[in-house]
Amino acid sequence: MKKKGWKEIPIGGLIDKGGTAAEYKTGDWRTFRPVRDEKKCIHCLLCWMYCPDSSILVKDKKMTGFDYEHCKGCGICASICPVKCIKMDKE
Amino acid sequence: MNKVVALTGDQAAAEAMRQIEPDVVAAYPITPQTEIVMNFAQYVADGRVQTEMIPVESEHSAMSACVGAAASGARTMTATSANGLALMWEIVYIAASTRLPIVMPVVNRALSGPINIHCDHSDTMGARDSGWLQVYCENNQEVYENVIMAVKIAEHKDILLPVMVCQDGFITSHAVEGVKPYEDKRVKDFVGEYRIQHSLLDVDRPVTYGPLDLQDYYFEHKRQQAEAVKNSLKVIPHIFAEFKKHFGVEYDFIETYKMDDADIAIIALSSTAGTAKVVVDELRAEGKKAGLLRPRFFRPFPKEMLVQALKGLKAVAIMDRSESFSGRGGPLFAEMRSALLDEADRPLTVNYIYGLGGRDIDTKQIKSVYTDLEKIAAENKVKHLINYLGVRGEK
Amino acid sequence: MANIKELSEKIPERLGPGHRLCAGCGASIAVRQVLMGTEDPVVAVSATGCLEVATTIYPYTAWKIPFMHNAFENAASTISGIESAYRALKKQGKIKKNIKFIAFGGDGGSYDIGLQALSGALERGHKFVYVCYDNEAYMNTGSQRSGATPYGASTTTAPAGKASPGKVQFRKDLTAIVAAHRIPYAAQATISNWNDLVTKSQKAFAAEGPAFLNILTMCHRGWRYPQENIVQIAKSAVDTGFWPLIEVDKGTWRFTYKPKERKPIEEFLKPQGRFKHLFKEENKHIIAEIQKEVDSNWQRLEHLCEASCKVA
Repeated sequence: MKKKGWKEIPIGGLIDKGGTAAEYKTGDWRTFRPVRDEKKCIHCLLCWMYCPDSSILVKDKKMTGFDYEHCKGCGICASICPVKCIKMDKE
Repeated sequence: MNKVVALTGDQAAAEAMRQIEPDVVAAYPITPQTEIVMNFAQYVADGRVQTEMIPVESEHSAMSACVGAAASGARTMTATSANGLALMWEIVYIAASTRLPIVMPVVNRALSGPINIHCDHSDTMGARDSGWLQVYCENNQEVYENVIMAVKIAEHKDILLPVMVCQDGFITSHAVEGVKPYEDKRVKDFVGEYRIQHSLLDVDRPVTYGPLDLQDYYFEHKRQQAEAVKNSLKVIPHIFAEFKKHFGVEYDFIETYKMDDADIAIIALSSTAGTAKVVVDELRAEGKKAGLLRPRFFRPFPKEMLVQALKGLKAVAIMDRSESFSGRGGPLFAEMRSALLDEADRPLTVNYIYGLGGRDIDTKQIKSVYTDLEKIAAENKVKHLINYLGVRGEK
Repeated sequence: MANIKELSEKIPERLGPGHRLCAGCGASIAVRQVLMGTEDPVVAVSATGCLEVATTIYPYTAWKIPFMHNAFENAASTISGIESAYRALKKQGKIKKNIKFIAFGGDGGSYDIGLQALSGALERGHKFVYVCYDNEAYMNTGSQRSGATPYGASTTTAPAGKASPGKVQFRKDLTAIVAAHRIPYAAQATISNWNDLVTKSQKAFAAEGPAFLNILTMCHRGWRYPQENIVQIAKSAVDTGFWPLIEVDKGTWRFTYKPKERKPIEEFLKPQGRFKHLFKEENKHIIAEIQKEVDSNWQRLEHLCEASCKVA
């Protein structure tokens, strides 16, 4: 991102839009990537409940995958999955 | 016609606040500001204002709540003195940096320690680099009018900075004077409505206030602040003009008293200027060309006007009601000397630090300063650059 | 009771991705769970701390709701101002929506430097939820002791050494301090028991006045355990009775969950590096003291539940 001059930014340190951090890809931090065995997944959504990075994608009450752009690979989802359908693979 | 009513400086500030009727007031009582909070609380209790008053548990929380309220689009005020201002210090900077147009009457009082409740300017002078605009009032009428004007100044889109309206503790805050308040409606019309661009309460357009601002952008935000203060020098005269149009009263950044042909002059803030005017009159009666220059605004610092007003003078005494402990005089002295440095034709300058902790400043002492100035002008030489006026043990 | 599938549909994601909290951080889990407690629009404030710095590095913000950070010790007074502005503008008809207000502070910002502001805001009765995400030390600056740091924990300002077993004082009981303000609702929760936490958050948001949630929030950097084990650590805090899941609802104290049998405190202490030194022979008596404190606290809470129930 090109850094802006003082005349081009809102005053007072204000960030005038919500959720702009999504542009910052924390997925680059990852050394292990969560991979799900879709057949085993029971869509209990516990992984969604415990994800610190809002990186479990859910649609129509079903787990649909990971937001790899932001998932930091902490491994909590794999650790708490009751049916062990998520494993952590080395990047 | 407006009726003249007897009001103390504190009551004058509270009366202005009643008429402005801010959306939120968060305040904590402290001598000698207490009467502002008490009076305003009574207006709330009597249903004369619809303001949400937050009786906070400290000045730190007062300014913190003001920051939250102002960022939510509420016209917001508080008031304080001395140690109260010191306690809110951290948030005083945050209010200015976040560009929130909070208006705060400050009743000047000596900053501890040792603890003292009487007037000097050590409290607000310490806050001179905080990014707030500062107005210093000579009398109760000015307190009343400046509080009203401060709202317009603070909220102007090309300024958006908080404003302190300073008056001298006890000397002004507790002295009863005739004040002419305007009708409520005229005041309300003048201040208008506060419309914030980005409110925290606009849940459909969420914004983030107060982010972590590191090496990449902090400097840019400070540069914007500097520009806003600079802008205020251009914008405030329009507000003076508007005030004159509305109320028929003329204001400017500075006040000059018998300066046109003066050879010597005193520069003083707030109530001391009133005392000095009496001395100027006496000296003029004796045929001496004495004058008085009073900066109403210390922030922004009206450098050009001050320099212009001193053109042709021989010697000038700059009066500081606070010490900066620089070893080089008080804060007003430092600013004035710096302002005059570029002038080829500049008067000799001398500094008097006086009135600390409420030590009385009377006409006799002020007269002695003019006597010193006459000598300086005659000899074209300053023997004692920094003087302590009215302290025991000197000379 | 909350239903996880319904939550996933009804509640918008208010804290978005891309923030720079550590991988496996407990703070954002706690925030996400708390914010599942209402469907109304929410305005949030955070005290200075990990949560604030990592979610709002200019020009980025992870907050999809209006958010303000002011300073370290004043989250409660800042939200007081915002909530008062809301009431002022609402009564003038300038705001139509029903908005909820929440302030987050860490244990440093709540137990210590921000306690006065918190107490003032509770006493004044502003309608807001205060959440202490309690990770038991000043984690943002590298694990310095706080008033919430438990006895025996090694921190960087109360480290374990030859002459000291780490922190030599017991933590203060902030939940009881807050409850003493007799606010409508106060509770303790932790992330492992998400349903308990979300239910408490729903009650807090619905309260007619100030509400308080003290959420034990793990920090794997300061507590020193493998990052993926956060839920297990939280669960052991609950199962050992180290962190009782209680609520104080209009003055009535209640356990919202009781383990069938409380497990020995070692199960909570053992997996954490900050307590490692306690397992040396010469420090074993400290573990016994901690166990004693946990037992007596549990007993005290049972008495409180019984007594307050009778009064109600």
